[in-house]
Amino acid sequence: MLGPRGGGGVRWTRTGPAARKAARACGRVYDRGPMVDPLNLPEDRSEAGFGDYKPALGPAQALAEANRCLYCADAPCVQKCPTAIDIPEFIRKISTGNLKGSARTILDANIFGMSCARVCPVEVLCVGGCVYNEMDAPPIAIGRLQRYVTDAALAEDWRYFTAGPASGRSVGLVGGGPASLAAAHELRRRGHACTIYDAGHWLGGLNTTGVAPYKLRADDALAEVAYVLGIGGIAVESGVHIGRDVGWDALLARHDALFIGVGLGADRVLDIPGKQLAGIDGAVAFIEKFKLGRVDLGGVKRAVVVGGGNTAVDAVRELVGLGVSEVTMLYRGDEAAMSGYEHEWKAAKIEGVRSLWHTQPTAYVERDGRVAGLRCVKLGADKRPLAGEEFEVPAELVLLAIGQARLGELVAGLGGVQLEGGRLIVDADGATGNPRVYAGGDCANGGKEVVNAVAEGKRAALAIDRALTASASK
Amino acid sequence: MAFGTSVDLTSNTGGIVTPNPFWLASAPPANSGGQIMRAFDAGWGGAVWKTLGTPIQNVSSRFGALHFKGTRAIGFNNIELITDRPLEVNFREIAEVKKRYPKHGVIVSLMVETRDEWRDMIKRSIDAGADGLELNFGCPHGMCERGMGSAVGQEPALNEKITSWAVEFSTIPVLVKLTPNVDHINPHGLAAKRGGAHGVSLINTIKSLIAVDIDRFVPEPRVAGLSTNGGYCGAAVKPIAMHMIGSLARDPDFGLPISGIGGVANWRDAVEFILLGCSSVQVCTEVMLRGYRVVGDMIEGLTEYMRSHGFSTIEEMRGKAVPQFSEWGELDLNYETVAKIDPDKCIGCHACVVACHDGAHQCIHPAPKAAGTRVPVVDESECVGCNLCQIVCPVPDCITMAAVDNGFKPATWNEFQSEGKPLRPKKGAH
Ligand SMILES: Cc1cc2nc3c(=O)[nH]c(=O)nc-3n(C[C@H](O)[C@H](O)[C@H](O)COP(=O)(O)OP(=O)(O)OC[C@H]3O[C@@H](n4cnc5c(N)ncnc54)[C@H](O)[C@@H]3O)c2cc1C
Ligand SMILES: Cc1cc2nc3c(=O)[nH]c(=O)nc-3n(C[C@H](O)[C@H](O)[C@H](O)COP(=O)(O)O)c2cc1C
Ligand code: SF4
Ligand code: SF4
Ligand code: SF4
Repeated sequence: MLGPRGGGGVRWTRTGPAARKAARACGRVYDRGPMVDPLNLPEDRSEAGFGDYKPALGPAQALAEANRCLYCADAPCVQKCPTAIDIPEFIRKISTGNLKGSARTILDANIFGMSCARVCPVEVLCVGGCVYNEMDAPPIAIGRLQRYVTDAALAEDWRYFTAGPASGRSVGLVGGGPASLAAAHELRRRGHACTIYDAGHWLGGLNTTGVAPYKLRADDALAEVAYVLGIGGIAVESGVHIGRDVGWDALLARHDALFIGVGLGADRVLDIPGKQLAGIDGAVAFIEKFKLGRVDLGGVKRAVVVGGGNTAVDAVRELVGLGVSEVTMLYRGDEAAMSGYEHEWKAAKIEGVRSLWHTQPTAYVERDGRVAGLRCVKLGADKRPLAGEEFEVPAELVLLAIGQARLGELVAGLGGVQLEGGRLIVDADGATGNPRVYAGGDCANGGKEVVNAVAEGKRAALAIDRALTASASK
Repeated sequence: MAFGTSVDLTSNTGGIVTPNPFWLASAPPANSGGQIMRAFDAGWGGAVWKTLGTPIQNVSSRFGALHFKGTRAIGFNNIELITDRPLEVNFREIAEVKKRYPKHGVIVSLMVETRDEWRDMIKRSIDAGADGLELNFGCPHGMCERGMGSAVGQEPALNEKITSWAVEFSTIPVLVKLTPNVDHINPHGLAAKRGGAHGVSLINTIKSLIAVDIDRFVPEPRVAGLSTNGGYCGAAVKPIAMHMIGSLARDPDFGLPISGIGGVANWRDAVEFILLGCSSVQVCTEVMLRGYRVVGDMIEGLTEYMRSHGFSTIEEMRGKAVPQFSEWGELDLNYETVAKIDPDKCIGCHACVVACHDGAHQCIHPAPKAAGTRVPVVDESECVGCNLCQIVCPVPDCITMAAVDNGFKPATWNEFQSEGKPLRPKKGAH
């Protein structure tokens, strides 16, 4: 891990007074442990050079936009939000000047309202549902309005939620990403003790380490985690790899119920000659490096990203932002077949990203022990290599965005819990086949968005609460 | 389209002839000669000079406004009084304007107390070249406490007496500016008529308290630690103005020319005023907020409207809506409409659904899930035809109110009372 503080198994300690004072000076109060304290991130992180691709709205803009909202009933935008935020209501509260109430509406539905406002693919979610689209008029900028409100809530430390009276029950949450954190927050509102176990050192999962810095930076993601933990009573154990460092039985013995929110695994690799060369990295791993620390791309003029999904589209845009002059996306299908969002890929093209469609790498090219390019072959309509259509693409950096590993062995020792295609099988409440074990987020949905992880974590928390309350009253 | 129709905008209000019917109302935009000349250059046909009388001392602040959902000043309020400039200066400037703009209308608004004062002020106005006089019987604040303004306008006998003085002293047309701060406008219009007025202008501002500063606990506009009632005007007062204008226009005993004032902000408003019987319209707030330049669109819009409707003079269109402004007892109770939604235009916002459910008769429903559409369904057997849904729908022409043939012959309340004509069964009354 890249966190400046090593060591495993630390329970969070309170940040020292000096750091708190510094944090207050920059307008926010963080008083959580090292693994959520943004002040402990290195200042010269490469991600710090990125601006917001969708900049914050000022008060006048927010008011004008809020006043445009039609305050729809049974609003289609709400139906498209996985956490069902009452969008017309929070927007109306902006227009009446009730900003605190607006933030309450958002955060009550989605405690990660701040990062969702920035990282959600709103074009295909709420904004895509806005009725203005039906009028061929610009839809309401729901994400930017949500950011306007939640930025203020975090900056001013407006707090709405308190822990419920102690239930005497405890829940262990495996993984410290948005799914587990949302679940823990909801469980605390209902008085259940919570402990989060995370294999890494920075909480927030991919929301902290993975999303593009022009949407959300790691320090802001951590500030939000601190805000979520602010409800109190959520113990965090970091650097603990469940299933390896601590077994499932031990965990089940410690807690009345478990929530699994471990996300997806590491980047998949291409098993072709040269795979050990320097200059080849998994896209997710590379992104984490420049978000949490500094990457040196001094010798890199040309970079190739292999893949056609959203991680690939993020990676190419990020490489452009990091100053690589020639960035190419290399994909075995074509533009129509790629799974990355159209609006993101369009933006990438405008930024000058090139593409190689129907192309498959067959080997890495080496120079001085480093990667110098990719040997490729064109694929025919039947996805088979075309004889004689081989060529080389020069590149000093190759990132692989061909998917992340699914859960394999991890849950092997957990009775009743079943996998299908590498994801945990859960019902509509997030319950697995083991009555004490629930799951949600990427590990159960196969990899969606932060907002889905939050919705699923919250949904499972409500089911866990029902189960614990029912068993308590027996 | 009668595209060829040539249009003449010349307006005649009780003998005051102006190149077009757009006048500045007596207010800050018509405060000085320099301003009025700029207004004439911009296209205004006439101006009613800021009311002259014994110059007063004004307060700070003087104005307040009603802002609504991001639109500033849909209603406006003021506590300023009549002119604060020396009379000699005003009269000198009137003479200068008239000399340089002989074809434009300069109407001098007056407010004084005694017969002698009226005589003197009228003479000075005429000597300066005024085309007409407007007697300010309308100001609802400050002046009325001194026995002038609305104190006169609210008292028909006083109104008639002072009007008759003015008519006696004047060789030019006299308009009486009426106050809306009365329970019924007609007696006041008729008093002006008895006094011999050549026309009336209305409305002046409406008594109002526009806002309260919720942190200081002081109403606005705040003058140090206090406030007082003001006069309300601007777009929001147009319905009140039109009601009063319409009441006078349809009164067979009245029949005087009307210069309409109150909430005129664009050519459409002007068209409505003229259709209700006005010969000219006066504008204050819209000019205060946006400047003299708004008249360009007013002239062009009115001209195009007249052309497209085949009117070649203001007189041809004037009062066209008056006969249709009637009484409740004359309305056909058997006329039935229902709301119809155009599914191609509907954007599925369900604004009509909530409005009908919470504010009307619970008869617009979301389409059943299986229908796979967000276009709501109107239960026509329950729709009372109130048209609330049409009002809330954000899409132009998406909801229309369609007439239904229910087999009943027209029957008014009056006819039902006097002749027992059959009425259709009530809808939605259960
Ligand atoms: C490059 C990239 C960009 C993305 N961009 C966006 C975006 O713009 N918008 C958006 O909405 N979504 C985006 N996503 C998806 C989003 O980040 C995820 O859907 C979301 O973070 C899933 O949350 P989670 O809690 O399920 O899992 P994660 O966020 O993956 O969190 C899982 C946590 O579990 C821990 N963990 C794993 N195994 C163990 C174990 N055995 N023991 C203990 N801890 C363990 C991990 O350390 C991690 O902290 C992106 C994803 C990637 C990879
Ligand atoms: C600031 C202000 C001052 C006014 N002063 C006078 C005045 O001196 N004499 C007068 O007859 N009316 C005066 N009025 C009333 C206007 O002439 C006009 O009747 C009223 O504002 C309604 O028109 P509107 O809606 O276009 O503003 C004043 C109005 C305002 C807002
Ligand atoms: S659909 Fe659009 S207009 Fe309607 S409530 Fe949602 S954001 Fe507002
Ligand atoms: S006209 Fe009135 S009653 Fe009929 S559907 Fe519309 S709102 Fe309901
Ligand atoms: S208000 Fe108009 S656009 Fe909205 S659902 Fe009703 S008919 Fe459709």
